Amino acid sequence: MRGPYRAADGGETVSFSFDGVPLKARPGDTLAAALLANGIGLVGRSFKYHRPRGIMAAGVEEPNALVTVGEGGRAEPNTRATDLFVYDGLVATSQNHWLSLSHDAGAVIGLASRALPAGFYYKTFFGPAKRWLRYEVPIRRAAGLGKAPAERDPDGFAQRAGFCDVLVVGAGPAGLKAALDAAEGGARVMLVEQDAVLGASLIRDPEAGRDPAWIEAAAARIRALGGRILTRTTASGYWDHNFVTLAERLVEPGAIPPHGIAQRLWHVRAGKVILATGALERPIPFSDNDRPGVMLSQAVRTYVRRFGVVPGRRVVIATNNDDAYRTADALAEAGADVVAILDARPAGSGPASPYPTHFDARPAGVSGTRHHLKRVTALVGGREQGWEADLLAVSGGFVPVVHLHMQAGGKLDWNEAAQAFVPGPIAQACVTVGGAADPPPAPPVTPAGAPKKSFVDFQNDVTLADVDLAWQEGYRSVEHLKRYTTLGMATDQGKTSNIVALSRLAEKQGVAVPDAGVTTFRPPYTPVTMGVLAGTAAKSAGAHVRRLPLHDAHARHKPVWQPTGHWFRPRAYPLEGETTTAAAMREAKAVRQHVGLTDVSTLAKFEVSGPDAAALLELVCATAVATLKTGRGRYTFMLREDGMVFDDGTVWRIADDRYLLTSSTGGADRMATHLSYVRNTLRPEMRVSVVNVQEHHAAVALAGPRAKAIVETLTGGEPPRHMSAARATLAGVPVLVLAASYSGERAFEIYAEATAALPVWSALAAAVAAAGGGPYGLDAMDLLRIEKGHVLVGGEVDGRTTPDDMGLRTMLNKAGGYIGAAGLQRPALSETGRLQLVGLEALDGAILEGAMLIAAEGETPHGHVTAAGRRVADEGSIALALLRDGRARHGETLIASSPMRGASTRVRVAAPHFYDAAGERYRG
Amino acid sequence: MYLIPCPHCGPRAQAEFTYERTTDSVVDPAGPVGTAMGTLFTRANPMGMDDEIWRHTYGCRAWLVLTRDRLTHAIAAVRTIGPEALP
Ligand SMILES: [Zn+2]
Repeated sequence: MRGPYRAADGGETVSFSFDGVPLKARPGDTLAAALLANGIGLVGRSFKYHRPRGIMAAGVEEPNALVTVGEGGRAEPNTRATDLFVYDGLVATSQNHWLSLSHDAGAVIGLASRALPAGFYYKTFFGPAKRWLRYEVPIRRAAGLGKAPAERDPDGFAQRAGFCDVLVVGAGPAGLKAALDAAEGGARVMLVEQDAVLGASLIRDPEAGRDPAWIEAAAARIRALGGRILTRTTASGYWDHNFVTLAERLVEPGAIPPHGIAQRLWHVRAGKVILATGALERPIPFSDNDRPGVMLSQAVRTYVRRFGVVPGRRVVIATNNDDAYRTADALAEAGADVVAILDARPAGSGPASPYPTHFDARPAGVSGTRHHLKRVTALVGGREQGWEADLLAVSGGFVPVVHLHMQAGGKLDWNEAAQAFVPGPIAQACVTVGGAADPPPAPPVTPAGAPKKSFVDFQNDVTLADVDLAWQEGYRSVEHLKRYTTLGMATDQGKTSNIVALSRLAEKQGVAVPDAGVTTFRPPYTPVTMGVLAGTAAKSAGAHVRRLPLHDAHARHKPVWQPTGHWFRPRAYPLEGETTTAAAMREAKAVRQHVGLTDVSTLAKFEVSGPDAAALLELVCATAVATLKTGRGRYTFMLREDGMVFDDGTVWRIADDRYLLTSSTGGADRMATHLSYVRNTLRPEMRVSVVNVQEHHAAVALAGPRAKAIVETLTGGEPPRHMSAARATLAGVPVLVLAASYSGERAFEIYAEATAALPVWSALAAAVAAAGGGPYGLDAMDLLRIEKGHVLVGGEVDGRTTPDDMGLRTMLNKAGGYIGAAGLQRPALSETGRLQLVGLEALDGAILEGAMLIAAEGETPHGHVTAAGRRVADEGSIALALLRDGRARHGETLIASSPMRGASTRVRVAAPHFYDAAGERYRG
Repeated sequence: MYLIPCPHCGPRAQAEFTYERTTDSVVDPAGPVGTAMGTLFTRANPMGMDDEIWRHTYGCRAWLVLTRDRLTHAIAAVRTIGPEALP
């Protein structure tokens, strides 16, 4: 066993646990620092091969050390141990292992990694389906990063808008300086830093910049000038017109927020953005370079100087630049033994070094246990040499963090000396400063060792061999390489891997790296929780609830509620012990035999008035409107410009220059926008007013043989005849009575002002109950309309059907001139082979909604069932369907097959009117 | 997210607006059939300035024409359309 890797000072005060083992940390530690201090080398397993992985970096770019932090609904998977500050009681667990972290059955896959090469998913899933069935269980068990919590997140999330003249991203020396200058110049400044402290790089490299005391002084000055400084805040997305989203952590992942709010998303509109995002160190590819104990050089220096943790006692440093020599100094100051510096550059490069330094030297391999490194080998001038070491610090140069620059639409320039992309031209008011703009020189390093185990993307287990294989198999563009190998995907988005892989691709292509291309960086820069994107809407999943004006009246009957759009409507009103299906049938039977009432308040309703009201409606409706006499109504439907049915409803001429147009509940908002578009952009010259009155009126439909008598009694007058409108007073409330039938029975829709509708409902409900009926819900309405062959928007009207397909051609306005008239003339719409509305009667069993219509098992479908139900009269199974050339096929026998539900029924094709085809009942 | 300068309301976030279509895709219901289908299905897709119809749905509800650069998303001009915009 190894002792702690931290200089003892007795100051450890924070308790946390990793995989159930209680451990101690110092305040200010990241989880990674605390684990290293406790001598823990093995932190997780890799995504694909389940290879043992340790900690590689000291920031958000960490690809390996992903843990799940917190418990229950607060559990947050894939949290980088390097971007998580330890708090008292923190519970962290390792991921991607199957059995245990130390003994992973899935690692066998790693031994047989030949079975999972690049493009594995493509090859498997394009192969025979049976192969997937064989692989599914082990793949599902082994694959995936972490596990999503099953419980609801108990925490709250907030969103806030921010405005500033200058937004500075990154509070290193360059960012702090830029923010200070802007604030002193009188600008409103926001400075955001993803780390918990400002100027962390000055702690890592005190000799490189200013006195650490300068940090606090600069911050205090910015605040005094009215600037806002946010730490633990990541600029996650840079959008158009200098709009930047910031994800602010108010508590660390998994912690209980004291004020209930865990994170806040800032929507910032900035006058100017200054990106001081720094640079990330890149690794060097060589065999087994993913083993615990191989770390990035600057990360090692950060652990030593900032956290007082020395990740190794005997250290080899491999580099191609000067920066890594500072890591040697930091380690030596902390008492570690720097046994070798391997500099890939020729002799004479690099600063003067007191350590055993080798030039033209590249690491070639490492060995050790699952937990710790033991030995490092290298090619020095082409000759292999080895050292006993427990830490290998590598530096392959630096990659500027250009993510936000690119998200903002900026281009990249290639910096040959640094072998890195740097910010180029940008159209937005944005500049990049500091290390992100000017990385230090670092020449290319030719990889040594077997490409098969030389990892370039640690998080996705992509090796040099995978890049080679993608090339060999013809996936040669950078975008194809990404998709084929999964390079640069998942939580780190290729932060450490992109350039190494691109270099290999460029080498294969025989071109310079910039000519090989680069993938686009898209938001977010680091993962953002779903909760903070939803904000305060997280609890309701973003949906609002619209309640019927008569909601409370329905609630007294304890209905089964059905969400339709944002509305909650009664689906059925079951009696004690009754199923929903039985209730719907009882309610429908009451309508057929006596009378029933139902709430249709959610229908879209528009009042169109003015001298040009009829002309506007003639444009919108595909049926004739102008010929409608005052006091009369008509079924109507509207077309899209391409001729497809868009919505249907009724249109009523309620006064000479005033119409009421109704359409479907689900299409209400769409229809409102459509009417507004027509009125404002197509016919601005018309003298017409279109008012959306959907929520002004409550509407109750009363249907059944006794409906007429009830209206007569309650209004004290002769009810309007079918498709006529009349004003009346019902229960002391002024109402509009429309005689229209969706159920097929004599029926009325009674409109009242929404706030005054309760007495109307109550009076009607009492009369209906006395006549042997009751309220009916959506399910009963569906049974009634299927039997009657009435189409439903979203069912038969599915955006692909024309009036002719629906059997409505004779209703089209002969005069033309309506929207969609031109589109209807397309030849393909009058060809044979179109799906047409038909009815189906089951010859055995019950027809299932969505079933395919086939002539024989295994054959190509001729159509599909759009709605299925039971006949209200004898409960036989019937359905509406869209069938190829259906109108010519009445009497034919087909199979309604639903293989996923293991059911098939023989059906007879019929006209879609199963009940009172002559229409005698509703005219009554 | 764009910052759209509504002539009525001033600069407002894109989230308040709804995109409708480009002005060259407005079908004239009184026009000939061939033209209507051409307008609907074969249109230019310029990499640069284009005129687009938007609606300030969660603001003044006016219909607007934005002259917008499809490459840089710069908005060069905004005007209202509809009855209130008539002379
Ligand atoms: Zn406006």
